[in-house]
Amino acid sequence: MSVASPPSPRRVRRFAISGRIGAFLVGFWLLVALFGPMLAPHPVGAVVDLDVFSPASAAFPLGTDYLGRDMLSRVLGAARHTVAIAFLATLLAAITGYFFGLMAAAGGWGDLLLSRVFDTIIAIPSLMFGLVVIASLGASVPVLIGTLAVVYMPGAFRNARALAFGVMALDFVTVARARGERLPYIVVREVLPNVTGPLLADIGLRFVFVVLLLSGLSFLGLGVQPPQADLGSLVRENIAGLGFGAWAVLVPAFAIASLTIGINLTIDALPKRGRR
Amino acid sequence: MNPLFGMIARRLLIALGTMVLVSLAVFATSLLIEGDVAEAILGQSATPQALAGLRAAMHLDQPAWARYLDWAGGMVAGDPGTSLVTGLPVAALIGPRLGNSLALAGVTALVAVPLALTLGIAAAVRRGTLFDRAISLGTIAIVSVPEFLVATLLVMVFAVKLRWLPALSSMRDVGSMGDMARMFVLPVAALACVVIAQMVRMTRAAVIDALASSYAEAARLKGVAPRRLVLSHALPNAVGPIANAVALSLSTLLGGVIVIEIIFNYPGVARLMVDAVAMRDMPLVLSVAMIFCASYLLLVTVADIVAILANPRLRHR
Repeated sequence: MSVASPPSPRRVRRFAISGRIGAFLVGFWLLVALFGPMLAPHPVGAVVDLDVFSPASAAFPLGTDYLGRDMLSRVLGAARHTVAIAFLATLLAAITGYFFGLMAAAGGWGDLLLSRVFDTIIAIPSLMFGLVVIASLGASVPVLIGTLAVVYMPGAFRNARALAFGVMALDFVTVARARGERLPYIVVREVLPNVTGPLLADIGLRFVFVVLLLSGLSFLGLGVQPPQADLGSLVRENIAGLGFGAWAVLVPAFAIASLTIGINLTIDALPKRGRR
Repeated sequence: MNPLFGMIARRLLIALGTMVLVSLAVFATSLLIEGDVAEAILGQSATPQALAGLRAAMHLDQPAWARYLDWAGGMVAGDPGTSLVTGLPVAALIGPRLGNSLALAGVTALVAVPLALTLGIAAAVRRGTLFDRAISLGTIAIVSVPEFLVATLLVMVFAVKLRWLPALSSMRDVGSMGDMARMFVLPVAALACVVIAQMVRMTRAAVIDALASSYAEAARLKGVAPRRLVLSHALPNAVGPIANAVALSLSTLLGGVIVIEIIFNYPGVARLMVDAVAMRDMPLVLSVAMIFCASYLLLVTVADIVAILANPRLRHR
């Protein structure tokens, strides 16, 4: 969005509403991730229904899965894995990516080398990269977090580098250089405060990408391994119910969608100043 | 000598260099395997003699760089090695399925690209209207949900509720061209949805950028008709960014192909790849990964070259 249109009152209100919906969804999933298993009406892994793939009823508000387990309890338990793994991976990707990005913005040999390395990672399709790493290291939670972080680090690096380059060219940085400040001081005190807003929005988007790739890997059976399950694994284990329209396939898929759409809506409603 | 050739040659060289770096990165990742491949194959039955024998047979006793050169040479020559699990040549396993995957991806691209460009340009021209807002909302919704949600929803509606189309692709049931086409519809539609959403968003942004430029403003002030303004002023200058948008969206198609093939049980390379990852059949994993990396790089390079060719400042030198 390069054209700044003056915000009309109606426009502002519309954003506020979609933003509030987004923030509500994000808050909801955060609470579920924190307290979900405690709220579950049935034990998360217990088979409680004789019938499999049964539709919603009073005892099982979201129906039951392929073994006759309560779907609501399964989702409440799985959301925690999705949110926690994606959160850690995003944090790791963002911190390292931004660190290198801000360093690279100073230019020089380090910039050339870092850009080359991250360009190479970007040239590998993300799902492929994940599959190759999991083939050689096996699918465990630490490997998943590390892989997701490495896949989305180059994007964080590029954004931070581009944003910082813009700020580096401004007068107050020249003044700081002329004062004889050292590079770490300039990056932390002069550049960082001016790119914080856009970087926060970038973290949100990166979280969405991470959730989608994690769910994709779990859906392929190469993500979170049983007996643990994240939302993507729930879709996978119930895919047999797709042929007769079982709720158990759609419920976890919609859970992922509401989380990612919620984050997108929230980011969209943030003030756009200085966003790229 | 036209500077165009120089620039295109430079682009091709960069692509080649990136390909070498990517192959190094992918190969290096495969070295992370715990113990080594010989231990992974023999598992419980690993005696020191058996291990040593297998390592020698698989050239694992050689240094990593020698194995890399051996592997990369094999890839280039079209002989990417032998599958560890089945003992068959990797090329024989991939060969017949690659055609199916390419057919799925190709048909999807043929459907998605014209549709996405039309929608993207139309949304940009009617910026701010109800049509534009509906397109923006629809595409952001599709972009931010997993591919398998789009696919499962389509199956629910068209195969389960309406019973118009088969939910699974199975070559056994194919009796005629009609069956073949029916089998293709849902996977292509699901994949196209995902690709189109991405492409519409990027095309719309590119055209809006072009329409906001000063030459478009000048043309508008001169009294050029809106249709002409878009077709002969804005679009020619947006070709570069649009080519880029198409290439990047088609690369999401590469990832999407795997998920879609698994959902519809489509006989492409995806099942092969996913099974190979689960069994840690590294030669097979590496080969399929390199095919996808090469396709991705090819798309991006072609888009870059189109952008160079479309730049009138370079054409009339």
